[in-house]
Amino acid sequence: MARRYDTRTTIFSPEGRLYQVEYAMEAIGHAGTCLGILASDGIVLAAERRNTNKLLDEVFFSEKIYQLNADMVCSVAGITSDANVLTNELRLISQRYLLQYGESIPCEQLVSWLCDVKQAYTQYGGKRPFGVSLLYAGWDHQYGFQLYQSDPSGNYGGWKATCIGNNSAAAVSMLKQEYKEGETNLDDALALAIRVMSKTMDATKLTPDKLELATLTRHDNKTFIKVLPVAQVKTLIADHEKKEAAEAAKSKPPTTS
Amino acid sequence: MECVLGIACNDFVILASDMTNAHSILVNKQDEDKMFKLSDRLLMAVTGESGDTTQFAEYIEKNIQLYKMRNGYELSPPAAANFTRRNLADSLRSRSPYMVNFLLAGYSERTGPELYWMDYLASMIKTPFATHGYGGMFSIGIMDRYYRPDLTEQEAYEILKKCVAEIQKRLIINLPNFQVKVLDKDGIHALGVIKSQNLTA
Repeated sequence: MARRYDTRTTIFSPEGRLYQVEYAMEAIGHAGTCLGILASDGIVLAAERRNTNKLLDEVFFSEKIYQLNADMVCSVAGITSDANVLTNELRLISQRYLLQYGESIPCEQLVSWLCDVKQAYTQYGGKRPFGVSLLYAGWDHQYGFQLYQSDPSGNYGGWKATCIGNNSAAAVSMLKQEYKEGETNLDDALALAIRVMSKTMDATKLTPDKLELATLTRHDNKTFIKVLPVAQVKTLIADHEKKEAAEAAKSKPPTTS
Repeated sequence: MECVLGIACNDFVILASDMTNAHSILVNKQDEDKMFKLSDRLLMAVTGESGDTTQFAEYIEKNIQLYKMRNGYELSPPAAANFTRRNLADSLRSRSPYMVNFLLAGYSERTGPELYWMDYLASMIKTPFATHGYGGMFSIGIMDRYYRPDLTEQEAYEILKKCVAEIQKRLIINLPNFQVKVLDKDGIHALGVIKSQNLTA
């Protein structure tokens, strides 16, 4: 009986739920954490790298952060092979828009187009939904810097700071406490990203090979998307640890001699 | 036969188009409106095959309005021009291409006033002043001589009057009336029709 309503995506359960969609969301809950933070002068994306094996050939510099077009970058959480299909689709949508209008696609339109694709897989023809949530960081003329999140159901929303993947609820509540609206610059956002990632990732110690960081900024009317090199991630982590140690020393009660 | 003129300055674009509708050797009317308002900040002056001009201009207009409805904001003038060019280029390579030539005037806070010239072969250029039709051949030199980016609306109108006077003096074809419209930060507004009797007076 239990399998009556979850074998096909197109069927509602008597309680009005779509089990396959919910299972897809569940799969993302186990995936590596991704977080995004909107700053006044840019956007930060951070992603947890799970595939760390010293035998792994480093063909891919970046595993979970993809540039989509001149003005947008995304990070993915979920089934990697599904994500590849979706990022390919995102790039196609971007280029189609560029061909037609001669300008980069506005951020929300790209997100919305992809979500239409995702939604179709929850409704039509016995297919399974994409097991992927995405964070999109972008810039456009209309609304400036923007951060979006989308999930397998095809829902999406704009955020100032958010997180998807493993332990995302904890990360979001942490972001809610520590994010200062309107007074966060890119450096603050990077520090905050590292602080949140270090608390929410399973690993006891944060290392540069487990973390991918990307920034999106604007200079001279041009968007710059940069996946930070390992050396820079290393210094950021070191800064974070130094600050942590100082905090710990401060909060420790003075020892009586 | 037909003629449209356009000048883009620092804070406005001005378009003029003849108002003659003719078939073969017969003049049907002398008060035809050849300008299409695509949106509050986009204006197109079209010449070409008479059915095609209306059909194409309205198709572009409706698509630009649809974009606004879907997204809550308008296409920027460069994007609208690119979109129009793409449609014309696709049409050119179809079984029934549109035979239209036009000037597209646009204004936005970001880009300022802009004038795009486009022909039925879907070649597009953005220029400070442009023309279509035989009349343009007599006008372009006048525009070249008198154009300055800091022209006032009235000065630009006077240049257009000079062009029309020259057209009516030298062109064998009868084009008595030219309507004039200006596009600036406040939108589109019409200036007085340039008529041959007023010019000679």
